Amino acid sequence: MAKFIYILKRLGAMLLTLIVIYVISFVLIKLLPVEKPMGQGNQARIEEARREALGYNKPIMEQLWIYTRNIITKWDWGTSWKIDYMADVGDVIATRLPPTILINVYSLLFSIPMGVILGIFAAIKKNKWQDQVISVLIMLFISVPSYVYAFLVQYILGFKAGWFPLVVSSLYDAGGSWFSWTMFHSMILPVLSLSFGDIAGLARFTRAELTEQLSSDYMLLARTKGLTRSQATVRHALKNAMVPILPSIISMFVGVLGGSLVIEQIFGVPGIGALFLKSINLKDYDVFMATSMFYTVIGLAANILIDLSYGFLDPRIRMGER
Amino acid sequence: MDINNIPHEKLQFAEGGLQLHDQKFETKPIGFLKDAWLRFKKNKGSIVAAIIILFIIAFAVLGPLFSSYAVSDSDANYTLCRPDLGLGLPFWNGDKEMRLNDNYVALLYGIGYGAEDPDGTGNVKWQQAVDSDYACIVNVKDSVMESGMHYTYCDVDTVMRVGFSYQTITMKEFEKIREWEKETGIRVIYPMVDTENEFCMDPDDANFWYKCIGKSPMTANGGRASLEYLQSAGYVDNYKRDADGNIMFYVNKDKTMINTRVLYYNYYRYMHEGSTPTHIFGTDGQGYDIFIRLASGARISLLLAFGVSIINLTIGAFYGAIEGYYGGITDMIMERISDILADVPFIIVATLFQQHFVQTGKVSAFTGLLFAFVLTGWLGTAYRVRTQFYRFKNQEYVLAARTLGASDMRIMWKHIFPNSLGTIITSSVLVIPSVIFSESMLSFLGIVNFQSKDMTSIGTLLSNGQKYLSTDPHVIFFPALVISLLMISFNLFGNGLRDAFNPSLRGTEE
Repeated sequence: MAKFIYILKRLGAMLLTLIVIYVISFVLIKLLPVEKPMGQGNQARIEEARREALGYNKPIMEQLWIYTRNIITKWDWGTSWKIDYMADVGDVIATRLPPTILINVYSLLFSIPMGVILGIFAAIKKNKWQDQVISVLIMLFISVPSYVYAFLVQYILGFKAGWFPLVVSSLYDAGGSWFSWTMFHSMILPVLSLSFGDIAGLARFTRAELTEQLSSDYMLLARTKGLTRSQATVRHALKNAMVPILPSIISMFVGVLGGSLVIEQIFGVPGIGALFLKSINLKDYDVFMATSMFYTVIGLAANILIDLSYGFLDPRIRMGER
Repeated sequence: MDINNIPHEKLQFAEGGLQLHDQKFETKPIGFLKDAWLRFKKNKGSIVAAIIILFIIAFAVLGPLFSSYAVSDSDANYTLCRPDLGLGLPFWNGDKEMRLNDNYVALLYGIGYGAEDPDGTGNVKWQQAVDSDYACIVNVKDSVMESGMHYTYCDVDTVMRVGFSYQTITMKEFEKIREWEKETGIRVIYPMVDTENEFCMDPDDANFWYKCIGKSPMTANGGRASLEYLQSAGYVDNYKRDADGNIMFYVNKDKTMINTRVLYYNYYRYMHEGSTPTHIFGTDGQGYDIFIRLASGARISLLLAFGVSIINLTIGAFYGAIEGYYGGITDMIMERISDILADVPFIIVATLFQQHFVQTGKVSAFTGLLFAFVLTGWLGTAYRVRTQFYRFKNQEYVLAARTLGASDMRIMWKHIFPNSLGTIITSSVLVIPSVIFSESMLSFLGIVNFQSKDMTSIGTLLSNGQKYLSTDPHVIFFPALVISLLMISFNLFGNGLRDAFNPSLRGTEE
């Protein structure tokens, strides 16, 4: 019961934060100069009617009320004026989600096992040369910005060697499917560039946690009881080390929706990050508002999930108790 | 002797009346900072990182002293020049490997050929053109046949490739150049080309000084010249001649201005008092010198990072100290405020700041970005300081100070705050790479615009260089190298500091 109340409390706090950010963003965005209608003739009249319905000419607080009401009653996030002319913002975002999610899921499927295995290997070989090599690599890949190795990968594997296309192919070129071979092939470079950072981060985390567990007293006890080193490591140390690692992996899966702005920009991925940038550059404010909220919700959800999963995974943490 | 009856005159104190005090330590005291320094010194990686950081800072601050260019200098002729150290090394010498078709080879050889013959006499041997100081083709490599076309791989000098150019100047200027030519013996003015006849391939490109037919050079009797023909018989010039057949060196444009044709390399020397164009890191697509632009960009990034770090430290220290020291309801309210702030996505804040304050011209891009970073940046410092204050505020020495009548302020800053100094310093150092990274990312994405004649940032350089990634990777290489080095060394340095300020690690290395 305490657990349940705690979760409710956290969700309540999240909602409060979300509302504050929502209101502030909305007001700030609406304070920006409004773009003139672009349509002509009949089109202009439709556009004007739509603007009127969204309350574009009313005071900002009234607009906020209309916008919020539309979201709650009709799940209507406004209209895109520039990116997809007169399209519903919800649909605009929905069409941009698949490439972002796909690339990030591919990257996670590759980087999670790689990162964890490298981390375990380094921890077992602590202070030997293997560990030192891995540690230096981890240091390099964590520090070097992701766009730098995105450039490297694009130049070496894409341009010099010519193994992969330089940018992600369009849906049309890939035969209309996100899951075709052409699409997958063109996604390998962005997936690689995304993975390096994740692998390094995860490996460092795993290594730190596992070395701590390996040197604790219960390991000595396990060995005294007659377990072999590998048995003790897998059954005891690894299990305990996973307690803080799993929540971060879970939050990585939430982060899948957000994607990486830089990687999408470099490889021309038509995803949510590109949409965000485009909405800023083209001053398509409803899209900007909706994508901003999208990013905010993802960030908040990831935070909550980390906290909650700690409580579920680690029996020592009693949620909601003081 | 009877111990109970010692005669008075025999009783003597062993110390002879000396007063005994504690002896002073003969060793020197090791203070907090010295202790940290001793531990920091042992970490070789951090020392190297610190040296690299100092080196990059020196490059950013002193770079302009070592360059003959200013940040705003751009030369539309010298775009995408390769890096040239100017030492005549086999690499880093301003050469670019290019795949050229025969017409282009002829064009490039033509530059050296024409440059050797400033008076248009036509008496130039092929070898002279090849060995010319102004030759573009430095090194000829393999040739290949591809889909029926003959291509040659050549190393081309990217500065000399510019060759000739048309300049519109005044007659006075023309005479000044002639004067300078006499003084130095360097020829700047070359014969004008007859741009109006049918043999001129491109009236805007001064490098087509020879007669062309189609796209190829022309032979003396009007055919297409092969490279072998050019080698034996040379080019047929297309210079403009007056009625008497004398070569003209300028054409009147209007009343005051004249059109001339100059060898741009020498014209550059004339304009810059004899100095030659050398770009250590090359030039970018707009003809800016990358070395000086990079120094300026690194300066902006570092300035921003240090500024953010100092402001965050100040705000965070005050906020965290008040939270931690007073606790209770004050703490709760302040914590809720920072909870909400912590969840605001930085990228959206930065974007809104740019849209509202920078694009409307209220503040500069730099200030706008600084505010965006500060808005949520101090939370980390505040959190750490708060923890430290919670830990120390109930200790006996604080109680003792309070009993002696010390004010809250004095207890906070004199007694508790020094205990959190280590964590604060470490976190402020680690803020620097994250700010540099975020700034470069935002300007790379174009959310923040640092692109102007007098200012740039590393992220802007990267995004400008992205379009030349496949043809001229040097444009992106140097900015990427500098930012990677900065990130690596600041992280190493920060980690070293963290270990150095952590007294619990004392003696663990041995």
